[in-house]
Amino acid sequence: MADRSSAGLGERLAAIRAGHPGSDPEMVAEVVHAVLATMSGDLSAQETSLLAEVEALGHTIACAKAEIAALRFDDITDNHIPFATDELDAIVEHTATATNAILTCCETLDDVAGGLSGEPAAKLQDATTRIYEACGFQDITGQRITKVVATLKTIEEKVAFIVTTFGRGSPREEGVTPAETPEETLLNGPQHPTVAMDQSDIDRLLASFE
Amino acid sequence: MPIDKAINVLIVDDYKTMLRIIRNLLKQIEFNNVEEASDGAEALAKLRSGNFGLVISDWNMVPMTGLQLLQEVRADARLKSTPFIMITAESKVENVVAAKQAGVSNYIVKPFNAETLRDKIEKVLVHG
Repeated sequence: MADRSSAGLGERLAAIRAGHPGSDPEMVAEVVHAVLATMSGDLSAQETSLLAEVEALGHTIACAKAEIAALRFDDITDNHIPFATDELDAIVEHTATATNAILTCCETLDDVAGGLSGEPAAKLQDATTRIYEACGFQDITGQRITKVVATLKTIEEKVAFIVTTFGRGSPREEGVTPAETPEETLLNGPQHPTVAMDQSDIDRLLASFE
Repeated sequence: MPIDKAINVLIVDDYKTMLRIIRNLLKQIEFNNVEEASDGAEALAKLRSGNFGLVISDWNMVPMTGLQLLQEVRADARLKSTPFIMITAESKVENVVAAKQAGVSNYIVKPFNAETLRDKIEKVLVHG
C-alpha cells in the first residue's frame, strides 16, 4: 500500500515537474509541508518519511539555486575571464616587443663582432648566440599562454552552462565540441618540463626507426 | 664531407620573432641565403617557385601545419628529396612518430640551442 502510494506520488511529482519546468522547488517544498501538516495522522510512517525527504530535497535545491545566483557567475563570464585573457594577450604583446628590442641590440653586437677578429670576436659572437637561444622563450611562453586562454574559454563555457541550468531560465543543451581530426590531436603545444621528452629522448626515438 | 653553406634555406614559422632568431643563428653558422615563410601554404608556394636545399619548419601553424607542409613536400616529385627539419614545441612520442612517418629528416624540440641546430643541419646535409 505504502509502496504504491510512494510510486504514485513520485509519478505525480514528475508530471508536475514536466508540466511546470519553471516551478520553484522552494514553493513545492512549502506546498508539501502544508499538505503534510493537514494530513498528520492519515499517513503511514513510511509515507511521512518519503514526503519529508521530498520536502528536504526541494529545500536543498532552492538553497543551491540561491547560492549559485549569489556567486554572480555572470561576473566570471562577463568580466573576470575576458579580463584574464586580455591580460594574457598583453603579456604576449609586451614580451614580443621586448624580445624584438633585445634581438635588434643583439644584431648590432653581431655586426660589431664582424668587424673584430680573434678572441674578442669569438667571445662576442658566443654571447649573442646565447642571447638568440634565450629569446626563444617568447615562442614557448606564447604557446603556453595560448593553451591557458583556451582553458579559460572552456571554463567560461562550463560556467555559462551551470548558470543556465541551475541559476535561472530553462536549461539549454551544452555546446557540442566538434571531434578533433587526427591532425588536431597532434597539436598539443609545449609539454610540462617534468614530463616532456628532451632532445636526447627524441634523438633516441628517431634513431630507433633506422 | 664539406657542407655547402651557399644553399638556399627556407625557414617557416608563424612567430616572426622565431624566424628572426633562426635566421640569426643560421647567419652565425654561415648560412646566409635564408628566406622566410609564415605558414605552410606560403612555404609551399616558395618551395615550388624556388630552389631550396633545406627546409626548417615549425609544426604548429595555421592554416597549413608543418606536418601538412612536410607531407606536401614529400608528395611533390620535384621537392620530395629536400631535407626537412622540424623545429617544434610538440614533443610527444606520437608527434615524433608522425613526423618520421611523413618523412622528416630530423626533429628539433623547442627550446633548442645553436649547437643542436648546427648538429642537425650537418646531419641532414651530409647524410640526407
